[in-house]
Amino acid sequence: MLSYTLRRLFQSGFVLLMMSFLVFVGVYAIGNPVELLINPQADDAERVRATIAMGLDKPFYAQYLAFLGTASTGDFGRSFVFNVPALSLILQKLPATIELALFAMMIAVVVGIPLGLIAGLKPDSFVGRAIMALSIIGFSLPTFWVGLVLIMFFSVHLGWLPSNGRGDTVDVLGIPVSFLTWDGLTHLFMPAFNLALFKLSLLIRLTRSGTREALLQDYVKFARAKGLSNTRVIGVHVLKNIMIPIVTVIGLEFGSVIAFAIVTETIFAWPGTGKLLIDSINQLDRPVIVAYLLVIVSLFIFINFLVDVVYSVLDPRVRLGAQSGGGH
Amino acid sequence: MIYARRIFTALLATVPMALTYAVTSGAAAQTSAQTSTQAATKPAHARDISIGLQAAITSMDPHYHNVGPNNSTLRHIFQPLVAPDENQKLTPALATSWRAIDDTTWEFKLRKNVRWHDGSAFTADDVAFTLKRVPNVPNSPSSFATFTKPIIDVKIVDPHTIIFKTAFPHPLLPSDLTAVAIISKAVGEKATTDDYNSGKAAIGTGPYKFVEYVANQRVVVKANYGYWGGEEPWDKVTFKMLTSPAARVAALLSGDVEMIETVPTADISQLEKNTKFALSNKVSNRVIYAHLNQHQDKAPVFLTDKAGKALEKNPLKDLRVRKALSMAINRDAIVSRVMEGRAVAASQLLADNFFGTSRKLKPAKFDPEGAKKLLAEAGYPNGFAMTIHGPNNRYINDAAIAQTIAQFYSRIGIEVKVDTMPSSVYFTRASKLEFSYMVLGWGTESGEQGSALRSLLATYDTTKGMGVTNRGRYSNPAFDKALGEALVTMDDKKRESMIQRAAEMAMEDVGLIPLHYEVSTWATTKALKYIPRTDQYTLAMNLKPAK
Repeated sequence: MLSYTLRRLFQSGFVLLMMSFLVFVGVYAIGNPVELLINPQADDAERVRATIAMGLDKPFYAQYLAFLGTASTGDFGRSFVFNVPALSLILQKLPATIELALFAMMIAVVVGIPLGLIAGLKPDSFVGRAIMALSIIGFSLPTFWVGLVLIMFFSVHLGWLPSNGRGDTVDVLGIPVSFLTWDGLTHLFMPAFNLALFKLSLLIRLTRSGTREALLQDYVKFARAKGLSNTRVIGVHVLKNIMIPIVTVIGLEFGSVIAFAIVTETIFAWPGTGKLLIDSINQLDRPVIVAYLLVIVSLFIFINFLVDVVYSVLDPRVRLGAQSGGGH
Repeated sequence: MIYARRIFTALLATVPMALTYAVTSGAAAQTSAQTSTQAATKPAHARDISIGLQAAITSMDPHYHNVGPNNSTLRHIFQPLVAPDENQKLTPALATSWRAIDDTTWEFKLRKNVRWHDGSAFTADDVAFTLKRVPNVPNSPSSFATFTKPIIDVKIVDPHTIIFKTAFPHPLLPSDLTAVAIISKAVGEKATTDDYNSGKAAIGTGPYKFVEYVANQRVVVKANYGYWGGEEPWDKVTFKMLTSPAARVAALLSGDVEMIETVPTADISQLEKNTKFALSNKVSNRVIYAHLNQHQDKAPVFLTDKAGKALEKNPLKDLRVRKALSMAINRDAIVSRVMEGRAVAASQLLADNFFGTSRKLKPAKFDPEGAKKLLAEAGYPNGFAMTIHGPNNRYINDAAIAQTIAQFYSRIGIEVKVDTMPSSVYFTRASKLEFSYMVLGWGTESGEQGSALRSLLATYDTTKGMGVTNRGRYSNPAFDKALGEALVTMDDKKRESMIQRAAEMAMEDVGLIPLHYEVSTWATTKALKYIPRTDQYTLAMNLKPAK
């Protein structure tokens, strides 16, 4: 276990280094941040001052090495636009995004897996077919459109839910969370549902196909022959055996939900990191882009690691690090 | 392995218990804060309002970043010596009067009985300190130093009189000072940008006091009851940053905000028909125009003959071609179809009621036949091939405008390709002179045409600060001379007519092709009315209950 963890850590470090280099090259190639931030009426002296202030007067490799030097101490530079440390800006906004992502995943799992099970158990019934049709709609509709329709329907026409922003927050262990207040929940529901729709559809289809496959297996026949109740057969034996692909997808999708909730966050003005990222890309705020991607890549790596550990718990046949059984 | 599984499930079970414990202890500590937070974000009082903004405010430090949205919002807390009214005419703010004692000396008389938000008195010391601080803000992406540079010496005569000396005659000094917010010497001496963002140093003299700033999310201010300018109608104003246009309109429709700025043109007709909302609009100081490549003599970029071969001569250097390109555009069609009426056809760089605009100039008449004739005269009877470049996320309907222009040009025989790109790529490349026909915009912050002419049409010379944004590199020595003399003429009337002559020179020579002036639109609930501004600022001071 220890050597496995160390190997994973080493690989992660390498991935982070490559990522930072690629982002640097990419942002450098797009354009010049000074051009975007400077007031057009500023004279040349002002442009030179701004260029030096942002460290952009040095050649590319010098900028990258300077970045590596400070990054090793945890300082990813100050945002060009906000002039606050990039890492603290992201960590400030991360709880909002993680909260949204967790709720979206929760909705997707809590609603998706049971629905998928029903569709798998009764594939030719009306209910089963209806669930599958809805799942197709769920992953075909574009997120921004669904978000706007939700706002028009629930906020403008019915006036039930607020159309943007995050609700009141309460501090838990120093981190502000909004789902513990009613106001927070009303603000959270629409963006979380919007984000969850795609994963929901995915999980429904995955669970359905896994269920249909598992029901044909011998152990199910044996369990029924043994006289076990239907609930136990499905709820314990079938469910556990279809969980491996589902857990993989949940792990991957959770990472992507955190990283790319950009559209939902922009539509609902949810103060998270996705919105921060898209604004930073538009303004070429390189320190924030780099810091954000490094945080997200670390998160992905950690989630993948957790998924692998969960495998070994779910499936006793999997031995961590022995071979590629757990997949990564 | 079974043990591992049991331990894992046991751990899972304890998580909810730990969470509940943390929540109850956290909630207990927060209940009092929670009720006040709830009061803070939910307007319970009729005199609390929320306003939806279209761009993020990047800092609460008034000298950190010279950009429209920051300047507009910080005007609630901080004030300059001279303030522009809704037509960008200069009005007294922290200075009650000013005059030029001679060509390079100005005397400003400061307002008495003004108090900072922390209670201390406002004096000339604060003004002198502000001017010293402005050029020294660390890491500023665009500072205000351009406005304070002309002042080379400051003399405090008494606590309410101050004298500025400039290096050369600078008639626009009061106009430049409208951009410089005055900060308190006592508070600002040791304050950094972070202190302003946290509110510790956000002490101003304005009608509102700082309450909260959450980066990329909102700014909250509350009324300053001791304000020297009289009582404001609002107790608390929350500015929400709603950058997605559809979400901004939805927030207004659902009642989350009482006013929004920058209403998307496609939603204007729907809001006009809706009796629950009122719209107010005004021609702004922003002109949309096209800069033409006039610095390459041979083989200009993105200009070829119809077979794709490079051209011997640059057609854009020929006045007849430029005139033809301007005549071929049907500006009225762009205004009514593309901008849905929210624009005014342009003849120069500022709309008619601004200082320095010439009544003799009219928008070029739409005449495609005349344009074809001029092209033939210039030696291009079959036209040529050109690529038009423009941004797609910067100005109102910018990509659509570029495409419409392309269609007008194909009617007079020019084969056009359109390439629009995000502003993060566009402006860098345009400034590197990679394009020949560039669709651009310019907002004149000074409210008078002289500075616009200087930035966009004067011969590019950064040592003198001339033609800094002249991306076409238009160069006309006679125009430079006329403009140069105008810019140092202290007498307002003489200067105005000299600027008008210079503008006429540049426009008759088609230094650039003006397209239209943008009209800014604000939407409010029916119970409120907004006094619209040419500088596009969204100020709670201009928002009043409708009678």
